[in-house]
Amino acid sequence: MTQTQTQPVPPSPSGPERLLEVRDLHVEFRTREGVAKAVNGVSLDVAEGETLAVLGESGSGKSVTAQAVMGILDTPPGRVTGGRILFEGRDLLALREEERRSVRGARMAMIFQDALSALNPVLSVGYQLGEMFRVHRGSSRKEARERAVELMERVRIPAARTRVDDYPHQFSGGMRQRIMIAMALALEPRLIIADEPTTALDVTVQAQVMELLADLQREFRMGLILITHDLGVVADVADEIVVMYAGRVVESAPVRELYRAPAHPYTKGLLDSIPRLDQKGQQLDAVKGLPPSLLRIPPGCGFHPRCPVARPLCHADEPPLYEVGRGRASACHFWEELLDAE
Amino acid sequence: MGRYVVRRLLQMVPVFAGTTFLIFVMVYAVGDPVNAMFGERAPDPATAAQLRAEFNLDKPVWQQYLLYMADIFTGDFGNAFNGQPVTQLMSTAFPVTLRLALIAIVIEIIFGIALGVVTGLRRGRPVDSSVLMMTLIVISVPTFVTGTLVQYVLGVKWGWIAPAVSPAAPVGELLLPGVVLALLSLAYVTRLTRASISENSRADYVRTALAKGLPRSRVTVRHLLRNSLIPVVTFLGTDVGNLMAGALVTERIFNIQGVGFQLWQGIVRQNSPTVVGFVTILVIVFLLANLIVDLLYAVLDPRIRYA
Repeated sequence: MTQTQTQPVPPSPSGPERLLEVRDLHVEFRTREGVAKAVNGVSLDVAEGETLAVLGESGSGKSVTAQAVMGILDTPPGRVTGGRILFEGRDLLALREEERRSVRGARMAMIFQDALSALNPVLSVGYQLGEMFRVHRGSSRKEARERAVELMERVRIPAARTRVDDYPHQFSGGMRQRIMIAMALALEPRLIIADEPTTALDVTVQAQVMELLADLQREFRMGLILITHDLGVVADVADEIVVMYAGRVVESAPVRELYRAPAHPYTKGLLDSIPRLDQKGQQLDAVKGLPPSLLRIPPGCGFHPRCPVARPLCHADEPPLYEVGRGRASACHFWEELLDAE
Repeated sequence: MGRYVVRRLLQMVPVFAGTTFLIFVMVYAVGDPVNAMFGERAPDPATAAQLRAEFNLDKPVWQQYLLYMADIFTGDFGNAFNGQPVTQLMSTAFPVTLRLALIAIVIEIIFGIALGVVTGLRRGRPVDSSVLMMTLIVISVPTFVTGTLVQYVLGVKWGWIAPAVSPAAPVGELLLPGVVLALLSLAYVTRLTRASISENSRADYVRTALAKGLPRSRVTVRHLLRNSLIPVVTFLGTDVGNLMAGALVTERIFNIQGVGFQLWQGIVRQNSPTVVGFVTILVIVFLLANLIVDLLYAVLDPRIRYA
């Protein structure tokens, strides 16, 4: 049973050590209407201290990918049907549930979108924070409470010692999200997956929370996967970007380069849909149409029904991820035209 | 919290007065208790008048009620028509019914919640369907059928238990009647828990608990069950009152001399002081059970605060 030996991933020749390597991940949901293909061959890498932004609309498979990496898919109906998830040199999909559980929360942690519903309403925040130490470290109740106070201080919650026994609903939205972050940081994991961590917050609070997250990431040199649909947030904090559409990666690139010259019409559409102050009063170029149903992903390129540059080839041939530059890839047959146009 | 309890207790006063007055009027207005004492024979008018005067039956109903209430607050529930103090009947009947109700409640809590959790987590699977089917059967078959059936098969045919419970009603003899009494509510507790668990199992905080790397058992008990118990506790609270009063059928079948048994006899024999006395106590039990349920809410859900 212990022959789950996986080759340690050789460190890449340049740069920091690879932390997470997702290869050709497939996830399906069996529903009454049919099989929904939520993730179709996603590959991504995160290095230590690196921030990877995963960008996409609702239903693009970004959250499902995150849940598959964490191992918290709703199973059934969800199921990983293929691929590998290498984390710190181990294939997570080959681990037994008990080993997998010891990784969750301790080596990789997750921050959820809406802290009000993601925190348990009937348990005090001190209890919920302390639970990490009690379960993973076997700490005593008293010790766990002490560590909970320290954590709350670390995420800059005022009067932490007097508030440790309060319940989630007694905190403001921003403070609640800080508690979520504190919970994820509790055991100093190597990787944090933040699923739209600031979507539910006011704009001013968003900035504070993002700043805190970025600070803590630098301090602990963690890998960070930031799932978002907010291009503004991405530009500030991310190193690399992966754009997802209909369960596939359609473009991946270093942030600066992607903003300068997108190599996929979908990415270009997303960038054009950001309102700009210097173009006030003009029609906003939104991406027309709706993302496809995951039960019936169109043949060929999944994006072709909405694509402004689609040609007959796109209806028939699914584009592979073309290497379009150093550390850049695009799943568009006509990426060269796009890059040349810029 | 303290002020809330005081306010709730004060609110109970009109409710208590209203319900007891209704019962009082109904019991004394329907039929003539003095005639009832004499059964088939017509009473001698002089004796009847004397008895009426002794039991205050010659006064207007509202005066009778006030006199009765005044007595109750001194602990005097009056005498049954055979001269036995009602309090004496109570002191033998209530402990028996209390034991029976406790057995039933414990069975409901342990089996109802356990079955509810198991089925709620496996919605649509064979375990779920079969338990659901069983609860349906239990709900649709009346207690007197299940009770008599159990008594006949286990008591008479196989002789595993005594078909009738002895007057002392020790816990051992009350176990099976307790199961019979619990069955209906057990089915409801199972269904309530199942619905609540199944609804909450998709909640975000459950996903968070899993992402924290907590063991399944801890996620289920500490996070999921804790949140799912609120509707179940409400039901159990009101059920305490029902079990105390509604053991009538079960007590009759197994010849248990508890509250239901005494109430039934009181009604059949038009023994008004017994009926009113017992019902008064049951009203208090109901009111207190409801207060305790409301206070338990705040314990289970910190978002509820009483001021």
